[in-house]
Amino acid sequence: MLSSNPVKNHKRIMGIIPALALSMSLAACGGGDQATNTATPGAEASPGAAQEATASAPGKLDLGGNVQLTGAGASFPAPLYLTWFQTLNQKYPNLQINYQSVGSGAGVEQFTKGTVDFGASDVAMKDDEIAKVPADKGVILLPVTAGSIVLAYNLADVPELQLPRAVYADILLGKIKTWNDPAIAKANPNAKLPNTPITVVYRSDGSGTTGVFTKHMNAISPEWKTKVGEGKSVKWPVGIGAKGNEGVTAQIGQTAGSIGYIEYGYAKQNNLKFAALENKGGKFIKPDEQSGAKTLESVTLPENLRAFIADPEGADSYPIVSYSWLLVYKKYPDAAKAKAVEAMVEYALTEGQKAATELGYIPLPANVVQKVAAAADPISAEYKISVGGGAGGASATKP
Amino acid sequence: MSSLAQGSQASAKSRSEVDKNLDRGFIWITKLFAIAIAVILVWISIQVALQAMPAIQQFGVGFLFETDWNPVVNEYGVLPQVYGTLFSSLIGLLISVPLGVGAAILLSEDFLPGKVKIVLVFMVELLAAIPSVVYGVWGLFVLVPLLTNVGKGLNATLGFIPFFSTTPTGPNMLVAGIILAIMTLPIITAISRDALNSVPPSLRQASLGLGATRWETILQVLVPAAFSGIVSAVMLALGRAMGETMAVTMLIGNSNNISPSLFSPANTISSLLANQFAEASGLQVGALMYAALVLFFLTFIVNVLAELIVMRVKRI
Repeated sequence: MLSSNPVKNHKRIMGIIPALALSMSLAACGGGDQATNTATPGAEASPGAAQEATASAPGKLDLGGNVQLTGAGASFPAPLYLTWFQTLNQKYPNLQINYQSVGSGAGVEQFTKGTVDFGASDVAMKDDEIAKVPADKGVILLPVTAGSIVLAYNLADVPELQLPRAVYADILLGKIKTWNDPAIAKANPNAKLPNTPITVVYRSDGSGTTGVFTKHMNAISPEWKTKVGEGKSVKWPVGIGAKGNEGVTAQIGQTAGSIGYIEYGYAKQNNLKFAALENKGGKFIKPDEQSGAKTLESVTLPENLRAFIADPEGADSYPIVSYSWLLVYKKYPDAAKAKAVEAMVEYALTEGQKAATELGYIPLPANVVQKVAAAADPISAEYKISVGGGAGGASATKP
Repeated sequence: MSSLAQGSQASAKSRSEVDKNLDRGFIWITKLFAIAIAVILVWISIQVALQAMPAIQQFGVGFLFETDWNPVVNEYGVLPQVYGTLFSSLIGLLISVPLGVGAAILLSEDFLPGKVKIVLVFMVELLAAIPSVVYGVWGLFVLVPLLTNVGKGLNATLGFIPFFSTTPTGPNMLVAGIILAIMTLPIITAISRDALNSVPPSLRQASLGLGATRWETILQVLVPAAFSGIVSAVMLALGRAMGETMAVTMLIGNSNNISPSLFSPANTISSLLANQFAEASGLQVGALMYAALVLFFLTFIVNVLAELIVMRVKRI
């Protein structure tokens, strides 16, 4: 197309159209956000290591060959999972785990259809979703990490902001429109609140983060419940939408006077300021690892390990915290895969919890680690999950 | 092909069976490829339509006129998205058509030395090779802050005009339109330039010989002669603008409202699909497929209109 020869007929002209279209659709494909863990396949397990796996001792997992696990689901814990699976591959070179962060909904769907070995979701599967999983396989929901959702804002002269629950509900409902509104000023007597409009930024894509956030809003505001409701994507009364946590983060960073909900890790990494929110006990709590851990401690996980934390109790609990679940089958036809899944869960519950804090996630309380280990143990008869020995947040030994 | 034809003329009887079979095979393969394109298109349409069925049955034609998109209560309508798709594309074309056709005229005439021209042509075509997410990021970090400041001034002074009636707060219709203009520029320029280049030199010589000025030659002879090519360029660009996803999603604000203001956030059909597809379930999937079908249909209408325009011009 660089030549300056005149094109002699129209057919030639039309000929370049598909080429253009192709080059552009290829370019458009570049925007996908599928993250895949492509750890290099390791060496075969040495035959000498064929002892009964007593877990905890690294390198002693005998899978009888290379095992590949494929998982898909939530994007919120994806950075953590990818770190886990890469380190796990270094520990057990014959175990390779691929994870695709396709979103919670897609994760549940692929898991139900059986196209992956495990799924992951920010929202625990509901009863009707569980019923769809083939009965011979069954499903176990394993909370393996947790995270806080913060309200990040962009006000240059306001380093600290306290938001009572009625106030942030009204901001998101579009009833409080400017930053120097008396309701905000009353809660922040010392802040230099500007006379500028508030721009609400929300997730335009369907997401578990939105699901968790709107569930909390539903619990604290009756007006929200009737006007908006809860869901992975909702009809927002005001504001602008941005795609993904990174999109919302960028938007808030760009727009003076904006406020929006993102995961704690993103706000921290990008140095966004976030508000202290009023919890159920009426106390203003700044989101961090400690307040998140307090929230998890205040919640008792039921037997099925499904806990929807809409509005946690506890004087020092940060109000918007959610578990993130791994979805695994009760039975795997392949014994080696069953073992591999247990090894993965064991790693997640022990060493994996240490990595969680660094990446902005909340480590699980010790009693939760015990419960999850007990729930996952029946998957393989040949492998015993051991979370004892002071590893991770767990200190108690297994019953 | 031409050497093959010459060969058959020279020794018409001595063509071997292998040669003939090769020819037949070639014809069949090209037929097959051509048909495959049509089959793929029809297949995709049917698949989309089938998946859209639940939503079509539920909402009917009303889908096109409803303004709510509320997955919580399963109420869907695409009027704001259709409006946003058409409006943002229109803004894009209003900017890119004059620019692109202008550039095409410059690059097809001998205003510039050949070497400069080649560099310019190359640069315009390079625009097409930039991934759309890069356009989006550039728009977000460069265009948005710039336009927000300009927009605030416009809103303060000319706020009584509906186009400037809201205060800009970041991403909006205008930013998306401008990005679409930049993205469609290479299509319009490249195809229009080829069309202008392919106008027979005798037309130009005749025009100049009759005493027409260069202005008159360009505007009254060359451009009309290349009109069908230019229209196909514009229509292709329009199709591209309507279907563009990534950059628009990052810049339009993804807010389902209908506002005449250039500074208010809006949404397009393709942004809606890109945003909601991954986590959609049940009727929402159907509604999204229905929206995709609407986009299909819009693009189809655009192409038919383009054909009609070209046909009408050719008749004159």
